[in-house]
Amino acid sequence: MKHEIREEQGALVVAFNGDIDLQSSPEARQVLLEAVGKNMPILVDLSGVGYIDSSGVASLVESFQTARKGAQNLVLVSVSDGAKRVLQLARLDKVFTICDSLDDGIAAVG
Amino acid sequence: MSEQDIVMEDRSAAQSVPPSVIEVEDLVTHYGEREILKGVTMEVREGEIMVIMGGSGSGKSTLLRHLMALEQKTSGTMTILGQNIDDLNMQEFTDLRKKLGVAFQGGALFSSLTVGENVMLPLYEHTGLDRKTMEIMARMKMEVVELGGFEDLMPAELSGGMIKRAAFARAVVMDPRILFCDEPSAGLDPAVASALDELILNLRDAMGMSIVVVTHELDSAFKIADRITILDRGHILMIGTVDEVKSSTNERIYNLLNRVPDGENLDPDEYLARLTGEESGVGNQPL
Repeated sequence: MKHEIREEQGALVVAFNGDIDLQSSPEARQVLLEAVGKNMPILVDLSGVGYIDSSGVASLVESFQTARKGAQNLVLVSVSDGAKRVLQLARLDKVFTICDSLDDGIAAVG
Repeated sequence: MSEQDIVMEDRSAAQSVPPSVIEVEDLVTHYGEREILKGVTMEVREGEIMVIMGGSGSGKSTLLRHLMALEQKTSGTMTILGQNIDDLNMQEFTDLRKKLGVAFQGGALFSSLTVGENVMLPLYEHTGLDRKTMEIMARMKMEVVELGGFEDLMPAELSGGMIKRAAFARAVVMDPRILFCDEPSAGLDPAVASALDELILNLRDAMGMSIVVVTHELDSAFKIADRITILDRGHILMIGTVDEVKSSTNERIYNLLNRVPDGENLDPDEYLARLTGEESGVGNQPL
């Protein structure tokens, strides 16, 4: 798994590429928590993620909760169907804001 | 009637058949001198729910333990997730086992641990994840099985249905590729059993797991199965869809589906051989 962090219209875009699984989720967690520490709206771009397992979703949950405590917005962008099903199973689709595109995400956190 | 009256798929539909996650060929196994499985050949496909049925002593629980790679076989080959289990070293075998989840019949929860600790146990044993991540993973799976908020209870404080649910949560906490369920509905009232069936279907649909279920509950089998394997005295009588099984004209399958006691179809020669210790493969030592 690789990741890229960039600023876009006042938001921090954290884009992951590859699978987020038991091996890679600790790195994803660290990246996300560091991004949350920057106190900017965060877009987590999952368009390059083919598979995300429960450990990856757990990292998203922890980061989201940490962001909320700091009144920070964190939205998910371009979530694959498979990942959406995992989120739905745990009813997390009711928790996260999920946007289809980066533009939608920027509008959501703006 | 042949001993292996296997329904073969329409070859023209072969292109749409998902790949196998388990392949078993000519599996033979013994307990002592008794031959339990007598040349079983079957496969489990990616994303399907395969139900294994059969009467008492048919070998279905033994087959399940073999599919979970928990038993030593006498002969035959077994491939799980593309790996021939005979070719695996200890580390490869351990890695393979991490991809298999098991919901045991009685739950097999540790009585000295809370329900949450039980669910989290495989993560402790097999991953080096941060504790916070493990806790969230365990809680998510407890939510999935509708046990959210019960993490701090001890297993003794749970009902039978809740124990089964907790066992499911533990079995899927690591997102296994294949989930094995041993008699998930046994001992549960119909409403709770039906809810567990729904849970099995949801897990398959959401997580894309292949699921192998051993059950003797017909309603449950017909509700959840993509295909059913029917075992009889160590042989496969049939592998087919629910409709194919229901419409089978095989007498022993009819008896199984209609709960006709085995005694009504007694083979006198076989029965006498069993009583006198002369049955093939058992040996004839004095008791």
